[in-house]
Amino acid sequence: MRLVILDDYDLASEWAAKYIRNRIVQFRPSADRCFTLGLPTGLPRAHPESYHSYMWNNFFKHIDIDPANAHILDGNADDLEVECQAFEQKIAEAGGIELFVGGIGPDGHIAFNEPGSSLVSRTRVKTLAKDTIVANARFFGNNLSKVPTMALTVGVGTVMEAKEVMILITGAHKAFALYKAIEEGVNHMWTVSAFQQHPRTIFVCDEDATLELRVKTVKYFKGLMHVHNKLVDPVLSVKDQ
Amino acid sequence: MPSNKSVSDAPITQFINCRILRDHKLQRDDLWVREGKILNPEKLFFDEQGYADERVDCEGSIIAPGFIDVQINGGHGVDFSQASDDAGSGVSFVAQKILEHGVTSFCPTLVTSPADVYHKVLPQVKVHDGGRHGAGVLGLHLEGPFISVEKKGAHPEQFLRTFRSGAGSLDDLMEAYGSLDNVAMVTLAPELSGSQSAVRELCRRGVAVSLGHSVANLSQAEDAVRSGASFITHLFNAMLPFHHRDPGIVGLLTSDQVPAGRTVYYGMIADGIHTNPAALRLVLVTDAIAAMGLPPGRHTLGQQVIEIQGLHAYVAGTKTLSGSIATMDECVRHFKQASGCSVEEALEAASLHPAQLLGVSHKKGNLDYGSDADLTLLDDGLNVRATYISGEEVWRKGS
Repeated sequence: MRLVILDDYDLASEWAAKYIRNRIVQFRPSADRCFTLGLPTGLPRAHPESYHSYMWNNFFKHIDIDPANAHILDGNADDLEVECQAFEQKIAEAGGIELFVGGIGPDGHIAFNEPGSSLVSRTRVKTLAKDTIVANARFFGNNLSKVPTMALTVGVGTVMEAKEVMILITGAHKAFALYKAIEEGVNHMWTVSAFQQHPRTIFVCDEDATLELRVKTVKYFKGLMHVHNKLVDPVLSVKDQ
Repeated sequence: MPSNKSVSDAPITQFINCRILRDHKLQRDDLWVREGKILNPEKLFFDEQGYADERVDCEGSIIAPGFIDVQINGGHGVDFSQASDDAGSGVSFVAQKILEHGVTSFCPTLVTSPADVYHKVLPQVKVHDGGRHGAGVLGLHLEGPFISVEKKGAHPEQFLRTFRSGAGSLDDLMEAYGSLDNVAMVTLAPELSGSQSAVRELCRRGVAVSLGHSVANLSQAEDAVRSGASFITHLFNAMLPFHHRDPGIVGLLTSDQVPAGRTVYYGMIADGIHTNPAALRLVLVTDAIAAMGLPPGRHTLGQQVIEIQGLHAYVAGTKTLSGSIATMDECVRHFKQASGCSVEEALEAASLHPAQLLGVSHKKGNLDYGSDADLTLLDDGLNVRATYISGEEVWRKGS
């Protein structure tokens, strides 16, 4: 894996953004060649805090993506199982996920693959763990009873099939999960650990997220920053390709 | 074009590089318009998989809802209170000119006039939508003749009227005006006997009632509000001042007798000459007269001759103010500068509040999804750069 450690949240975000940009540009996407970006999925559509609103306000409205190319799992679909299978199908039809970008839960989950999820699972409905509900309460006025208890999610197996996986981890509250994910063994109680068996994983984090790691690990990867930085410097442009 | 046509295949315009007034704040966001209305881009993206046909680069402008002037007596040589055979084109001429000031809807106002002026003019002025031809007419504002002699201001005394007592106030209204069909608002003095029933009659017909040119005490004003009155015409001007033992009409602002769920709005002429402004349910009006937009000299306002001295408009030969020659955007700028209020508050006083007063805020006066796309594009100094009605550009600076 690559472990890229930046000083703070803003620097970590910027590094990750530049990396994604360079990856997209190098791929040379065209009308026939889609750069498929996978993002974790979630809550039922109807709510202003739904993933549709979140993705619109934070991503889609700022870019010129063709709406037909934006696929979000629909928690309001009539048949959720069919919805999940259709999603897997769409990924296959697009040629597979080129780059999967995700975060990590305080309980070490990737997407909504809660502790105990099969490490070869596919897109499906999951019941959320207490930790996740508590973590999401801030989007629902800190009212636990208003947080949805179920979510549609890509599976661990689905993400493992991506050509590259990028995990963004910031904040001290995620530090223990990061430790479990990269310094302990592969374990379905900390599903992010599955990526130890993926050929191309990159973790981007800030200083606070490294608080539970061994000094040796942190020093090793910090020492590699000059190599890592070549991935984002120079920032590429479609015009130059 | 770019949409799965599940809702509509009309073209979609996206205004980019702008700050829009939404939820009482200026926000860096794009504004989307389709078929003359503000469009929800998130629904467009997910439900229709649509995107814009045309992008308009606003170069950093502020986009505010189009201004609404509920008190304007004329402008550019046109006086609405004249018994003209072609009142309609006078209104249209002014409607076109005020697009330059960012006004997209207005209420042509008639001052106290003899019956034949009302009977002639009113049938010629109809409520209609704005467009390239000019700002939309939301209805007439009839200021007078049922007002107080003591506070007539520039209104001609010989044409003031009272209500004949008894239940005849509808007859009085019809006798004076001829018809109430395209009337949006009437200003009257609530101390006149019979006026309470007039207020109720007008409200029943969906006409907003405003109190002004009056010596009413607070209790009479409160009665009028209970009967349905919802506006105060040019607050402080032509009414008794706020006295600590009887606050008069001005006291409505602090009265606890306003029924729950009702709001009393008040108009201010923020031209720097009529008053020191205050905030809240403030509606900016111009009270502009025919001389607005013209060089200094003598002009008419109904039956009176008005003389312009600098920025002041007086009844000729007196120091009685009569209307203003300010434009709406001047009022917005002056109000902001003089009161120290925020940009959002100044803009809402000229758009959202008049719309709420006239009961049209479900489609005008704001940039909510579904509202009419009447827009005013302004620079940081609140100077108008362009005006749009129903999503169509109707005026641009330099054009």
